[in-house]
Amino acid sequence: MTRDKGPTLYELSVPDRHGLDLPAPDVPQSPLPAGELRSDCDLPELSQLDVARHYLKLSQRNFGVDSGFYPLGSCTMKFNPKINEQVARLPGFAESHPLQEPETVQGNLALMFELQQWLAEIGGFAGVSLQPAAGAHGEFTGLLMMRAYHCERGDLKRTRILIPDSAHGTNPASTTMAGFTAVELPSDERGNVDPDAVRVACNDSVAGIMITNPNTLGLFEEHLTEVVQLVHACGGLVYGDGANMNALAGVARPGDFGFDVMHYNLHKTFSTPHGGGGPGSGPVGVSTRLTEFLPGPIVELMRDADGARYVLAVPAKSIGRVSTYFGNFGMFVRAYAYIRQHGAKGLRANSEHAVLNANYMRVKLRDTFAVPFDRINMHEFVCRGTIEGTGVRALDVSKRLLDYGFHPPTNYFPLIVPEALMIEPTETEAKPTLDAFVTAMQAIAKEAQSDPALVKSAPHGTPVKRLDEVKAARELVLSDRTKVASK
Amino acid sequence: MSFVPHSERERAEMLAAIGVARIEDLFADVPAHVRFPALKLPSPTSELEILRDMQTLANRNAAVDPVLSFLGAGTYHHFRPALVDYVLSRGEFYTSYTQYQPEVSQGMLQALFEYQSMICRLTNMEVSNASHYDGATALAEAVLLALNVAAGKRSKVLLSPGVHPQYRSVVKTYLRGAHTATILGDEDSAAELERLKGLLDEDTAALIIQNPNFFGQCEPIEGLAEAVHRVGALFIVVTDPISLGLFRPPGAYGADVVVADGQCLGIPPSFGGPHLGIFAARMSHVRRLSGHLVGETIDADGRRGYVLTLATREQHIRRAKATSNICTNAALCALAAAAYLATLGKRGLRQVAELCFHRSHYAAAEISKLKRLEINPQAPTKPFFKEFVVRLPAPAIEVNTHLLKQHGIIGGYDLGRDDPRLKNHLLIAVTEVNTRDSIDRLVSALGEVAK
Repeated sequence: MTRDKGPTLYELSVPDRHGLDLPAPDVPQSPLPAGELRSDCDLPELSQLDVARHYLKLSQRNFGVDSGFYPLGSCTMKFNPKINEQVARLPGFAESHPLQEPETVQGNLALMFELQQWLAEIGGFAGVSLQPAAGAHGEFTGLLMMRAYHCERGDLKRTRILIPDSAHGTNPASTTMAGFTAVELPSDERGNVDPDAVRVACNDSVAGIMITNPNTLGLFEEHLTEVVQLVHACGGLVYGDGANMNALAGVARPGDFGFDVMHYNLHKTFSTPHGGGGPGSGPVGVSTRLTEFLPGPIVELMRDADGARYVLAVPAKSIGRVSTYFGNFGMFVRAYAYIRQHGAKGLRANSEHAVLNANYMRVKLRDTFAVPFDRINMHEFVCRGTIEGTGVRALDVSKRLLDYGFHPPTNYFPLIVPEALMIEPTETEAKPTLDAFVTAMQAIAKEAQSDPALVKSAPHGTPVKRLDEVKAARELVLSDRTKVASK
Repeated sequence: MSFVPHSERERAEMLAAIGVARIEDLFADVPAHVRFPALKLPSPTSELEILRDMQTLANRNAAVDPVLSFLGAGTYHHFRPALVDYVLSRGEFYTSYTQYQPEVSQGMLQALFEYQSMICRLTNMEVSNASHYDGATALAEAVLLALNVAAGKRSKVLLSPGVHPQYRSVVKTYLRGAHTATILGDEDSAAELERLKGLLDEDTAALIIQNPNFFGQCEPIEGLAEAVHRVGALFIVVTDPISLGLFRPPGAYGADVVVADGQCLGIPPSFGGPHLGIFAARMSHVRRLSGHLVGETIDADGRRGYVLTLATREQHIRRAKATSNICTNAALCALAAAAYLATLGKRGLRQVAELCFHRSHYAAAEISKLKRLEINPQAPTKPFFKEFVVRLPAPAIEVNTHLLKQHGIIGGYDLGRDDPRLKNHLLIAVTEVNTRDSIDRLVSALGEVAK
């Protein structure tokens, strides 16, 4: 990675430099409304070569799955197939406008209809809405549906949502946004949701539970059936956080566990790229008792005298729209191509090898880095990132991994494991890569003994060293203050 | 086809290391009665066939030549310089995750910092987040921010009927959760801002307008911000980023929060998503903002660098007390917008905005010469930017069908979809991609329905 100081676009700007020519005016000029105009919109002035070099340099200061191993737990950083990028850019898809009449976009609607069907089949659900734009957006959508379900039954006292202490932060945040109170459940000594704690918490004020399965320790919940039964018995609904579906696609269907609603992360399980933080896509699947509440429109296949065609329909008691149009269609195209390419057999093989890779890494690493819940795990596992007696912490190990050319695992999460390193290799990584990572981790453990300062001051080979986050938060420089010179 | 790289031998070695005989043995914790279901999915297929199948599917859509499309209503065919997709196609960018390891994410962090900088200058606001899902969800989050500022003491949100109907729907959905408020003002689609202004009182948390509004017209904003601030409410403005190449920015007329959909900045329509939620505000609200913020700082050697900052607002730190649940955003779309704005620069954006203005005015002038067709019948004197309303002698849906079947033209947006009283009204968008020739073809085709 290049280490030169990268000037900003504003620092590169030169008055009167231009990047693009637009067509000369070919219509009569109309008078501009004088009172409404601005003098200058204060954007940088650059040539196209300036811009191309700028972003090429920036890309060289960034690490993606295509750069190297990225075992970021709970994020499923798997290979993003290049064919998906190609098909999403086909003009028939990319240039189509969301407000065109349905009969002019039958190809898009067919794609969405089939994706709805396939996701329902994979998850074991009765209905799917593709509209939510991300996992957390799907959670908010699901919780609003749960709320609408209880309200419609006149069951207004259900204000609490049970959430295990190992849950992603989005679960309690979505719960608050949806107007519920999050109640934290402790995990048991084997890393499961504790059914006794569920039993104690269950009463007629419980709207439901949010379960991540496999949980964020990478463990399949051993008391899942019992927990689901307890919540259903007290009148609550079960929300499944689908972030960890990469262990289960083709292996088991959350709907078969009794889940009432779950979001899928197309950008995890179904290989759409993470894009440096987004866009993602978070469709929701629901059991029969929630289908009427799904956000609309949904694509339906209509057969009548005119033949079969795809139409848009809004479910009877829909909670309403959660985003404009239909959601992130460009991601649907990619996920469609991915499912089509794999079929049921390929999806199962993916999950199996994701689990194989994670278990292999656990047994290879556990003698160096303690694994607090050391049993067969699913697609990820959690170890402790501390090296006894050296003062080296999970953060230091993570930073030192950067020097070895690896992206670090998720650190300091889940919160129930101190100094956690959460490792998710995914199925698209080969054994030599996993072995090289294990070797690097072992080398770092040795360095922690022989030269702890080296590890604690890492990274040393990256474009910048450790950054001062306190200064960033205290001084809050959130935009470039460079004054653009005018002519 | 799958992308699993394991050889037979590697798989065997790995299973032996774990101490299980078969890969299926790793799933003993999954209850047996639900394990390994037979899924009804199409059989796997090759990359070669996928490409052909997807092409066939795309071809089932009516072919749209953007030059002959006059459909806008919040999503537009604007020209996208080749450089934008070149930038987006860099694997280092698009296959990366959120920048939680800043030492190896400086590229994306700087790009987002520059995006924030350009959005601040374009809108004349002090702080921009690193993106939201789309314009509608950005607006919904702006309303939640206003209600948080009001801290439960204000229960009214005034929503202009000139705001995109789907944005208004999304706001209403978001208010079915923790934040309850009465939404007033948008019951009558023909209501003017004056009526909205009349509803302002001490119970108002926010007043929301779109400018240019959904119908393409510039709103009479003189004195509006002052009136909103007099009662202690927030002034939220939805805008069109392209219009800001030419028109006064919302920050210059008193907006507290500016939101927009950034699709017009180098992102394809893509049947409605992914798009880009732009969210900018006054610095005084920075600790209540939702979404990632990139800040400048220095590294251990004193070199300039960038990090995600004020993370204490966010869900992964604050959990149930976070300002929002947002995690995944639209970072790559923000990168597209940044590359677009950098390529166009101040002159380029102004030229695009002027082309939109002149071409749409040319189209409106030519259409107004047709008998029985009327331009902006509800607001003939309001200036407009790139969209205008046409009253037709026949239902808009019939006119659109005629335009498509007979002339290959995608007509405007049928306003009757949102308000049955407007079923004879078409909202027509004209951008820099619509040539004079294509406008003339539209006018001539509309001439046929005028007879």
